[in-house]
Amino acid sequence: MQPNSMTPHSAIRRGPPTEPLWVQRLLIAAAVLVLTVLIIVPVINIFAYALQDGVGAYWKHLTGDADTWHAIKLTLFVAPIAVVLNVLFGIAAAWLLTRFSFPGRTLLTSLIDLPFAVSPVVAGLMLVLLFGAKGWFGPYLQAANMKIIFATPGLVLATMFVTLPFVARELIPVMQAIGPDEELAAITLGANGWQMFWRVTLPNIKWGLLYGVILCNGRAMGEFGAVYVVSGHIAGQTDTMPLRVEKLFQDFNLPASFAVASLLTLLSLVTIVLKVILENWKDVEVPE
Amino acid sequence: MSIHIANVTKRFGEFTALDKVSLDVPSGDLLALLGPSGSGKTTLLRIIAGLEHADDGVVRYEGEDVTNKAPKDREVGFVFQHYALFRHMSVFENVAFGLRIRNTPKAEVNARVKELLHLVRLEGLGSRYPAQLSGGQRQRVALARALAVRPRMLLLDEPFGALDAKVRQELRQWLRQLHDEMHVTTVFVTHDQEEAFEVADHVVVMRAGKIEQAGSPQDVFDHPASPFVMDFLGQVNVFHGRLQDGQMHVGNIAVNYPEYTHAESRDATAYIRPHEVELERLPGDGTRLPVKVLHVNPAGAVTRVRVLSEAFGWSLNVELRPERYAELALRPGDQVFAVPKRVRVFMSDDYAI
Amino acid sequence: MKRKRILPGYNLTLGYTMAVLSLMLFLPLAALILRATSLGPKEFVAAVWTERARAAYLLTVGTSFAAAIVDTVLGLLLAWVLVRYEFPGKRICDSLIDLPFALPTAVAGLVYSNLYVEKGWFGRYLVPLGFQGAYSQTAIVLVLAFIGLPFVVRTVQPVLESLDADIEEAAESLGASRWQTFWKVIIPALQPALITGFALTFARGLGEYGSVVFVSGNMPFKTEIAAVLVVSRLEEFAYTEATAIALVLLAGSFAMLAAINGLEWWSRRYAA
Repeated sequence: MQPNSMTPHSAIRRGPPTEPLWVQRLLIAAAVLVLTVLIIVPVINIFAYALQDGVGAYWKHLTGDADTWHAIKLTLFVAPIAVVLNVLFGIAAAWLLTRFSFPGRTLLTSLIDLPFAVSPVVAGLMLVLLFGAKGWFGPYLQAANMKIIFATPGLVLATMFVTLPFVARELIPVMQAIGPDEELAAITLGANGWQMFWRVTLPNIKWGLLYGVILCNGRAMGEFGAVYVVSGHIAGQTDTMPLRVEKLFQDFNLPASFAVASLLTLLSLVTIVLKVILENWKDVEVPE
Repeated sequence: MSIHIANVTKRFGEFTALDKVSLDVPSGDLLALLGPSGSGKTTLLRIIAGLEHADDGVVRYEGEDVTNKAPKDREVGFVFQHYALFRHMSVFENVAFGLRIRNTPKAEVNARVKELLHLVRLEGLGSRYPAQLSGGQRQRVALARALAVRPRMLLLDEPFGALDAKVRQELRQWLRQLHDEMHVTTVFVTHDQEEAFEVADHVVVMRAGKIEQAGSPQDVFDHPASPFVMDFLGQVNVFHGRLQDGQMHVGNIAVNYPEYTHAESRDATAYIRPHEVELERLPGDGTRLPVKVLHVNPAGAVTRVRVLSEAFGWSLNVELRPERYAELALRPGDQVFAVPKRVRVFMSDDYAI
Repeated sequence: MKRKRILPGYNLTLGYTMAVLSLMLFLPLAALILRATSLGPKEFVAAVWTERARAAYLLTVGTSFAAAIVDTVLGLLLAWVLVRYEFPGKRICDSLIDLPFALPTAVAGLVYSNLYVEKGWFGRYLVPLGFQGAYSQTAIVLVLAFIGLPFVVRTVQPVLESLDADIEEAAESLGASRWQTFWKVIIPALQPALITGFALTFARGLGEYGSVVFVSGNMPFKTEIAAVLVVSRLEEFAYTEATAIALVLLAGSFAMLAAINGLEWWSRRYAA
């Protein structure tokens, strides 16, 4: 609702009855206090401790330690792979669940959310039981000389597991709302499946998709529990950034730990900013 | 309980919703606030209820100044356009709400709610939730809820606006009956003139934040005070002409207008309702207007005929009784003569159709 | 009879979705269940019902519940203020609500332990008052409350926004005070959203690991939650025992999920 778009009619639209001003002020103050104590001070604390020895020391903590540097690179390698795999899964699942009706569709829809209900630690453990040396596939993997658990593929799998629902969850409501009419029109006009997807479906879902990607990526870079279990935390090999934070913390190297944590915090702040920008764009493109 | 409104003004930002409105509603009256959207009728109703505060002016109930009284202390029954039923409460609890707020003893609440559900003919539906009711039933729950606390007056905002035509018709008559039984002062807002005329004792026509005309339905319909009221109350034919020496000239027709006797001619507009035009086969004494039948629609209670005066380039809508239509045996292309039985002349002002 | 599907890609997307779900979800779940049930009933009980494990379950449920209660109250306050009032910095506050979702849990754990230790920014004032906000059960509740804060806010916010002003005016014209309107009309309307938000926060707390491991101190019988117990069993290479406890944890989470779905179904009963 922008003031300049007010017509006489919408100008008469009333808000609900409201509280006395002092009650409003009190509640606002309480809310701001909650946010300050729970969120704002902690964020400031992270940067304050990360930078307590100056920018030079901060930079050295991040780049001077080979294991930390490796962890940064590993996270930036693992997260995008997991995101891409989940984008493919999300699009396939959303297409399946919103464009076809088949027995078991409702069940499948709720199954997609299941990874959210599984403790990350349990998720990691399940993957170990499946792909570990003594797991179901262990002997075959060993025979093929492939290592998944305590290696990068395990990190990808664990990350993928905990972020599995993100993209599908964003796309399903969007595709449901749009409905199949435009795609049916494209088919009747002679488009084949890929043409329909690239020219009609994808442009319609691009914002929802991007939104899902941003949320998925944020979570992927920060995942701890599941990755912790499958990584075996071998410094310089399978330590991602969050794992590195914990290791440095256990070694009482607080400044270094906070330096890595500040980098992750920065990433999550970027995630939030992107999310806000995207929400504004969506509002601009689809006026109510 | 009578309602007195004096010089009430309400602005929303730049927009003036009500401009020095004064109105008296006698005790026991059933009054309709009629007007197009944006005319200020709902705002006036909400100011009476206390849901909106007037920027200026006074509202009195039976002499008591309530201008600054909170709605909860006004003892007014308000029925919202979209009913505003509490979704999480059963029908029974919705109706009981006001009583429970007043800490009414349980037995009394039960008895009163039962009585009201009977009154609105919803016995047996007390345990339903609003979502399980039809629109007409919801409307009646809203009414029962408003009446449960024995309000000093009943205010209804577009009470039948969201219902389909048939239910609407039924509920209108029922509201009239209900009012005749209870005699509680009632004000309702509507944009449907038929509804206002059918139900109300008095009709107040509003336009752009002002009262354009107030009176009995008969009065307002027969003697519209302005072209706006004339136009708003139903279809009209409009003709522009000249006014001079107590007569209005429209084409070859002259109409008496004694209020203006000056020799200097000026612009005026003549309004003719479709049912106030007669069609004749014969030319008569020369005051009849030769027209050609363009289109005939005999479906419905009246036969609608569209004719064209080729001499002046006017087209005219005419409504005939079916018997008359049968008598004339009109067919498109026929040459006939139009006789206006009643013409209302308004000197040109700021109002234009 | 099979209806002809007009849009393409049914077999492709069904195949791919099922393949991913099988690999990522069904097979791992099967592996977990089979491994845990490879123990006999007696052994299974012996593994999951030790004194230490019971203490861990109790702590996990208790702290998650407490955090969910805290978040329900704070979440309602935040949602209310963000929807109903205007104040400078409102949009920033609204965006910041999402931070606990975006911030890695390890970072949350790190900073919360750092804030509430004796020399921390908050701890230096609170510890002398007897408030142990680090390496205690309180610490677990605090960090879980942080992690779950957005759930209640984000479930209540849209409901509060879509609440018609009408019903509050109706209550008012029927004689209700603002306070009565709040308790009798607004809270019941928000109740399904509040319960869903509570359940989501609670469920999230049950499985949380990354943040708690930093703040709790992980002392068996005192501040060791179930997820930490699973990991410590794993690190002792007691895989089967760890798996059994994990199964209990998983069953708890699924029960919560079922409860959430049931609640959502129940809260839609008005709309029948």
